[in-house]
Amino acid sequence: MSTAWNRYYAPDTVTAALDILQRYDGRARVIGGGTDLLVETRRGLRRPIEAIVDATRISGLDSITEEGDYIIIGCGVTHTTIVSDPRIVRYGQCLSESCGVIGGPQVRNTGTLAGNVAHALPAGDGTIGLMALGGDVEVTGRDGARWMPAKDTFKGPGRSVIDRHHEILTRLRFKRQSDNEGSAFHRVMRPQGLCLPIISMATRLRMNGNTIVAAGISMGPVGPVPWFAEPAAEALVGQPASTETFNEATRIALEHVSLRTSKYRATEEYRESMIRTWLPNILANAVQRAGVPT
Amino acid sequence: MSRLQMVVNGNAVDVDVDESRYLSDVLREDLRLTGTKVGCAEAECGICTVLVDDTPVVSCVYPAFKAQGRRVDTIEGLQQDGKLHALQQAFLDHGAVQCGICTAGLIMTAKGLLDRKAAAREAVTEDDIRAALKDSYCRCTGYQSVINAILQASGQDVKPYLPETRAPKTEVGQPRPNPNALAKISGSARFTDDYAFPGMLFARTKRANIPHARIVSIDAAAARKLDGVHAVLTHEDIPGRNAHGIVSVDWPVLCGRKVRYVGDAVAIVAADSQDIATAALDLIEVEYEELPVVADPISALRDDAVHVHEERPDGNLLKHIKVRRGDLDAGFAAADVVIDRTYRTPTTEHLFLEPECSIGIPAGYDPARFGGAVDAEATRGETARHDKTTIYVGSQIPYADRDQAAATLGVPPTEVRVVATLMGGGFGGKEDITGQIHAALLAEATGRPVKMLYSRQESLLVHPKRHATIIRMRTGATKDGRLTAVEATLYGDGGAYASLSEKVLTRATTHASGPYDIPNVRVDCFATYTNNVPAGAFRGFGVTQSCFAAESNMDSLAEELGLDPVEFRRRNALAVGATTVTGQVMRESVGLMECIDKVDHDMRGEDFRWAWDEGDRRLAWGLAVGYKNTGLGGGAPDKATAEVEAWQDPDKGLLAEVRISSAEMGQGLPGVLAACAAEELGISAENVGVLLGDTDVCPDGGPTTASRQTFVSGNAARLAARDAASKLADAPGTRVVTQHEYWAPATQPLGTGGDMHVGFSFVAQAALCEIDRRTGEVQVRRIIAAHDVGRAINPLTLEGQIEGGIVMCIGYALTEHYILEDGKPWTSVMARYKTPSITHAPPITSHIVEHALSTGPFGAKGMGELPSIVTAPAITNAIYNATGVRVRSLPVDQDSLLHAIRTGATEVELGWGDRDPIPTIEFGASH
Repeated sequence: MSTAWNRYYAPDTVTAALDILQRYDGRARVIGGGTDLLVETRRGLRRPIEAIVDATRISGLDSITEEGDYIIIGCGVTHTTIVSDPRIVRYGQCLSESCGVIGGPQVRNTGTLAGNVAHALPAGDGTIGLMALGGDVEVTGRDGARWMPAKDTFKGPGRSVIDRHHEILTRLRFKRQSDNEGSAFHRVMRPQGLCLPIISMATRLRMNGNTIVAAGISMGPVGPVPWFAEPAAEALVGQPASTETFNEATRIALEHVSLRTSKYRATEEYRESMIRTWLPNILANAVQRAGVPT
Repeated sequence: MSRLQMVVNGNAVDVDVDESRYLSDVLREDLRLTGTKVGCAEAECGICTVLVDDTPVVSCVYPAFKAQGRRVDTIEGLQQDGKLHALQQAFLDHGAVQCGICTAGLIMTAKGLLDRKAAAREAVTEDDIRAALKDSYCRCTGYQSVINAILQASGQDVKPYLPETRAPKTEVGQPRPNPNALAKISGSARFTDDYAFPGMLFARTKRANIPHARIVSIDAAAARKLDGVHAVLTHEDIPGRNAHGIVSVDWPVLCGRKVRYVGDAVAIVAADSQDIATAALDLIEVEYEELPVVADPISALRDDAVHVHEERPDGNLLKHIKVRRGDLDAGFAAADVVIDRTYRTPTTEHLFLEPECSIGIPAGYDPARFGGAVDAEATRGETARHDKTTIYVGSQIPYADRDQAAATLGVPPTEVRVVATLMGGGFGGKEDITGQIHAALLAEATGRPVKMLYSRQESLLVHPKRHATIIRMRTGATKDGRLTAVEATLYGDGGAYASLSEKVLTRATTHASGPYDIPNVRVDCFATYTNNVPAGAFRGFGVTQSCFAAESNMDSLAEELGLDPVEFRRRNALAVGATTVTGQVMRESVGLMECIDKVDHDMRGEDFRWAWDEGDRRLAWGLAVGYKNTGLGGGAPDKATAEVEAWQDPDKGLLAEVRISSAEMGQGLPGVLAACAAEELGISAENVGVLLGDTDVCPDGGPTTASRQTFVSGNAARLAARDAASKLADAPGTRVVTQHEYWAPATQPLGTGGDMHVGFSFVAQAALCEIDRRTGEVQVRRIIAAHDVGRAINPLTLEGQIEGGIVMCIGYALTEHYILEDGKPWTSVMARYKTPSITHAPPITSHIVEHALSTGPFGAKGMGELPSIVTAPAITNAIYNATGVRVRSLPVDQDSLLHAIRTGATEVELGWGDRDPIPTIEFGASH
């Protein structure tokens, strides 16, 4: 079935891409790899689209660069590139880990982090990884570009604040981890049914000796949008890295989430149990990666 | 239309195509590179993988214009100067090719890996392969041979894994690649969807999509008027019999009065394109009056249940099957320990990676009328043109397809020809009619070739599944470890139509108590009609279900008795001289004890323990044994006719061709038949061609089911070849043609005693499982297996069957459940049905046991189903040994298992996908 869209554009500038969006006035869709959208389209789950705008050939946005304290990822960069890039592995390990479990290898070869974030699913793995790092996204429209925290881009399941009819997610960035920082990601799956996470979570910690001085935690699905777990992260700051600290942060996280039983995927109790088991685990892992002996 | 420029397999390509096309479509349809297959169109199965700029991508969801200006490499480009690529050679050497539908995907994904590692100057590890091929599915091989092949292709010295077998004769016993493997690895092998005929139309089917309803009206007028539509047919347009069915003819070709399940066909459309046909479906108005849904086999038998087939005197009871032996009360009175438990097994899906496809060709079709030429390969030469209605299909039973299509067309069977194409996996799921008759009807209605290709989603909706069952089983034994009695009651969900329910559930019933010598047995099985998707044949044929109950009870009994579970099984194992529960005296060929001994020996290395800890994980061994009949049995006439032609070639010496209408679905039948014939002719198997499944050219080999082909068709081929050898001895240098009609030894119906089957094959398997105490996740770390197959005709393809069967049964234990909710499948897309990937496939140690069956060809007996029977209970027994939790429903649900481990519960009742507890059932009661 091939009537899902009529025109396929692969513009090489942002301006050209925005012009196409303007011209189609809501009837064009931007894709990276298109691995989410096109599967749904092919199954007939979506209404036909007039035009596809492939954002992976925009010149200058197909690579990973460094600018000041930031690592910058263009919207054309695939998960595979992120996973294997030594700078991401070194300066943003939880992002590398989270992008490494998305879909399968073939999907990671075409799917992009920008697409993962823009799709705004409640538990996009790459999204969870980027959020824990405190990452930002750059949204470009005809009036110019603006950076905003990744955590503030979600409106609901599959709904982003990005105006997909007039804007493009052009770049993503995060501040490089310094030597006293560590990050970690973990996901719990089941071998049956849909390949969606039971729970995904990530953290980034900065240490001063054995004391946690800055923290970020993200997880999903624990609600309609990926959650940046500020109350739990705040509970870590100023505390020594210890089992008690990790468990306390976990307790606070569990107080704030609204876990659901999702049919054929996980019970609420199981999700809670997985957070209780794995959040302390990734916190300890991040501390260790920050160079603190455990 | 727009210009698309790519470099495909090194050649510049410039085509004018719609921008809406996917890469797989352009490759297959515009460039006719049909080596790239499409299995799901959901980016799930990976068989469509090609390389774009050296990177593996799934071409089924890859927009063709995304490849603008890029390099695209497909399987067809791998051979250089006629020489196989190292991966192709290795896949051949290791027998990593069975049905062949996924082979291009596996090889291209692996090529991406090998090239990347070579560029980085890194060695390829097994972990690399598991990571790279995680989403490149194969349903046949079990992946072990695939891993070994890729390691070999990367330059490592890895030999094909071949268990020890008896010394080969000249040909029988020689490991050889399947004769069709070469075409499969090179991408030239043609499956049904790879054929295209001049003037061909594309068909689609209007499905009921509701489980149970009376049809009030069907209005196809608007659809008929749509531009590009050539025909819309309903029940009113059927010239002959409006029903099909292999055992009972109860399945409408096109429903007119009522629909009984979601996949029922109401109308069929042929149009210029699949898109137009799809649009036409939406214009067909069907008015229904919905009826109550019969959703499960227990409520189906209640007095107040509505009847799925109103005209049946037995209501929803399809068949009550009984096994009776000895005195049950006396047996249980003699028992010191009794285990009485109820189990549940899920509906499961074959998920052959080639969705169903049929092409119908009208009688007298002339391609020249459409400006095309004769496809010499498709017509098998000039002598066999399309002078009668012809159906191209990958089918397990070509002659049954022919006869059923002829009945509906209202013509004699000889006026229909079925040409069996290669089949991308079957596993029992391609025995019933799907699109064959529809394609033929539309071809005759339009005077054009018509292709009826199912989408993956339609395939999931339509074809019969493995029966879901509920099994209560009570097993008694004495203190000294002797089984005294087994009582069991089974409920099997047959779905809306009979399909093979009666046969499948008879097998579940007769094998229910396991391969043991048990004096007192009573088993009742209720096969029922419901409004679920029909259930039919699936590798293991009912035995897979009842074995789970039997072997779970065996371990529990052993524990209660304080006996080692292996020793307990030894004390009761069937042996020569013993009598089966149906009264058959085992006169020969019972290798069960040797199977048990071989597995037990390997499992019990030094410092053997049943269970131990490794960090957060607990490991344990579990064991199960089983058996499976060879052939149809039960008094059914079981025969095959083979034709052998032999002639002297001036260069190659004596050559021969074996012709028989049996099905090759990847199991390796051509190699087996070639070896059997070659052995008799005294020539190399490489000099014997095998032509399968053309009803005009090949005599009937009978159904490819019941693990019968090696035995029945193997005997027919061997005896026809022997006749040919004898004729050649009389007239050397001549061309001889012989036919041999082979009848399997007569069998007795169930309940009459005597030989119900011509023989049995036996199996023992041990599974080493790892349970993560933090998550409840279960991983199989290793399998040790021993299979008594009588005689290994081709050890390479035999081992492939074993490994693939085991991994399929791992899926049964851990991943697979086709979920129906009140007759409607939740499992509507492949993304919702997981079969084992390479990451689930453990290393397998395999032993071949060869207790010859004197009536088998060279002693061989059936084995295609045998490996897929005992793995599930071996795994759940291991889970029990690790955790103390007995799993009563499959597939294992980590959520429930973890909950049980944490709360100290001793049983898990809910499998993944179950919503309700297992119902309580009374022994022997029908409701």
